[in-house]
Amino acid sequence: MEKHLFLGDEAIAQAAIDAGLSGVYAYPGTPSTEITEYIQTSSVAKERGIHSRWSTNEKTAMEAALGMSYAGKRTLCCMKHVGLNVAADCFMNVAMSGINGGMIIITADDPSMHSSQNEQDNRVYGNFAMLPMLEPSNQQEAYDMVYDGFELSERLGYPILLRITTRMAHSRAGVVTRPQKQENPLHTPEDGRQRFILLPALARKRFKALIEAQDTFTEVSETSGYNQYFDAPDKSLGIITTGIAFNYLSENYPDGFTHPVLKITQYPLPRKLLERITGACKEILILEEGFPIVEKQLKGFLGKGLTVRGRLDGTLQRDGELNPDAVGKALGREVKSYYPVPEIVEQRPPALCRGCGHRDVYEALNEVLSEYNGTAKVFSDIGCYTLGALPPFRAIDSCIDMGASITMAKGAADAGLFPAISVIGDSTFTHSGMTGLLDCVNESTHITIIISDNETTAMTGGQDSAGTGRLEAICAGIGVEPEHIRTVIPLKKNYEEMKSIIREEIEYRGVSVIIPRRECIQAFAGKRKTAQK
Amino acid sequence: MKTDIILAGVGGQGILSIAAVIGEAALEDGLYMKQAEVHGMSQRGGDVQSNLRLSDKPIASDLIALGQADLIISLEPMESLRYLPYLKEDGRIVTHSQPFDNIPNYPDMEKVLAELDKLPYKVVIDVETVAKEVGSARAANIVMLGAAAPFINIEYAKLEDGIRRIFGRKGEEIVNMNLKALKAGYDLAKGA
Ligand SMILES: Cc1ncc(C[n+]2csc(CCOP(=O)(O)OP(=O)(O)O)c2C)c(N)n1
Repeated sequence: MEKHLFLGDEAIAQAAIDAGLSGVYAYPGTPSTEITEYIQTSSVAKERGIHSRWSTNEKTAMEAALGMSYAGKRTLCCMKHVGLNVAADCFMNVAMSGINGGMIIITADDPSMHSSQNEQDNRVYGNFAMLPMLEPSNQQEAYDMVYDGFELSERLGYPILLRITTRMAHSRAGVVTRPQKQENPLHTPEDGRQRFILLPALARKRFKALIEAQDTFTEVSETSGYNQYFDAPDKSLGIITTGIAFNYLSENYPDGFTHPVLKITQYPLPRKLLERITGACKEILILEEGFPIVEKQLKGFLGKGLTVRGRLDGTLQRDGELNPDAVGKALGREVKSYYPVPEIVEQRPPALCRGCGHRDVYEALNEVLSEYNGTAKVFSDIGCYTLGALPPFRAIDSCIDMGASITMAKGAADAGLFPAISVIGDSTFTHSGMTGLLDCVNESTHITIIISDNETTAMTGGQDSAGTGRLEAICAGIGVEPEHIRTVIPLKKNYEEMKSIIREEIEYRGVSVIIPRRECIQAFAGKRKTAQK
Repeated sequence: MKTDIILAGVGGQGILSIAAVIGEAALEDGLYMKQAEVHGMSQRGGDVQSNLRLSDKPIASDLIALGQADLIISLEPMESLRYLPYLKEDGRIVTHSQPFDNIPNYPDMEKVLAELDKLPYKVVIDVETVAKEVGSARAANIVMLGAAAPFINIEYAKLEDGIRRIFGRKGEEIVNMNLKALKAGYDLAKGA
């Protein structure tokens, strides 16, 4: 019994190590990144040889995790919410095959979009795949759920989806750890071919098995103790919380609840507990950190019968994360604030670092594109370089999902748009730009792709980038003509060179790849610091 | 005992090491603690903040409610004002006096100081200059922690222990410099 101060992410990582983890597979993404980073720097993990190297994207990560589970070992797979879109093909189908060694998939959702393009609630995926889900309300619960979760996964024969949100991932609290367990021995599943070959005839059986398993999943939800009912005298209202919403409710009742409360942290929904609270209370208030998923289920499509208040009827805001004040207001409390923000306070948006190579790329690009009378469009992507959208650059026209820069530019070029430019980072390129490049090569699309290579995954804190040192070879291998793969060092003194390369390649009627390459200034400064020590 | 603190600054200034030292001290003191921090996008030179809550009883919410913060500790004067709606009526601001000017429309410094002046309880000091005097500008955040120390409800000696544990790996010289920085900030705030 040791107490540590852990981020939610760190609690998850330590729990996995303690529970006999053999490998974590992940692609970085806020707010999930620190789980894998913790395992990468853990001395115990190093001693045991736990796999922790970054995967190229979330899909390759989940498939590798599944392979390790197939071989009988316990495995963790972590991603930010949008990462599950990338891994969804594997995710939906692992629900058919089931697993062998315990497998926990962590989805770190980002309501309020602190660092994301959307705020999708991945509990929808859990329901979609019909898999059991956990949603811890505090760091200790996160630890315990992961520690026990591998065993649960093995007992049920399915992976567990564990959902956290930003405030759980990135908040620190005291966590008591438990004894280290042995790793599983290598053992492959006896009924492997019946389960893991999803040919239609076998898949049909597997789907029936998944449907049958639902009752067991629900029973576990009802009896595990994670879903808790707190009775209280005032039955005019019953309150249901999911995940960390429970904390904001508790904050508003420092002396104990006056209404019955059902705290949900495990799914499928615990039917009996829901019947109990809806039977006892006239009206239900539901507090969910995310989409109104349980709310919709309880209300039913037509909303007849039960009176349910929550995000759908305006009791709570429809979007964004919850906080003690939003919950307080929903409970009819008066929220007092004494000092407004003075008018002189200005916004301070994030910006590209001083000395960052992306800056030089955009400056040169902007100058060249100004020669095209506004017809040029720059399809960009996700990473630090997305900050090129802001002043003084205002250099990009899109940022949708990882890899979309190349493929959107392709579609626009197909439509006749010229110049069609794509700006993508090195890590994003290997994550999901390479396949789009092949599409372009196959059709000799008239497109100019700039891979702004800072030799790291900078936006998420400087993780290794899968293709470092091999980008030219990768592009050539995909079929880009070597004379149209151009590299340049993005520095002021090379502006003229950069501009003429950009001009030439825009005019070339085919696929060109320009690779401005200079190490991320943060990574560079970090290395210098370490060298000084 | 309950202390709700908002730590504020600009990405890269190092508010999280202040939180780390307080966290170590709180754990040592047997206190409950929750500390929500910001990672990701905003760390690129944007505004950053962290909610730090200490109590002798279990803490429910990771976030501080409006009008409830006992203390705002800020490494940047304009940033200290951004979180005023969270300050208690009798809450206190402890802030660095020198601006971090990385935006084109940074307000007139006199106006920023005038806003700070309106508040009933504040400590406004130039921690960077103090830090340079004790050895290194990089200890500015620890000077800031020292300046806030009288208001945190943790024994001063526990904060010193926290510094020893956090900086211990970097050698005795660094530990001593940071202890000096803590003391310098503390004395200034006491005198203020
Ligand atoms: C599917 C998906 N996975 C992960 C992320 C998180 N993410 C955003 S940008 C980024 C890294 C970008 O690295 P790179 O392309 O090399 O650009 P840099 O930030 O280094 O400029 C990551 C991992 C995301 N937004 N979407």
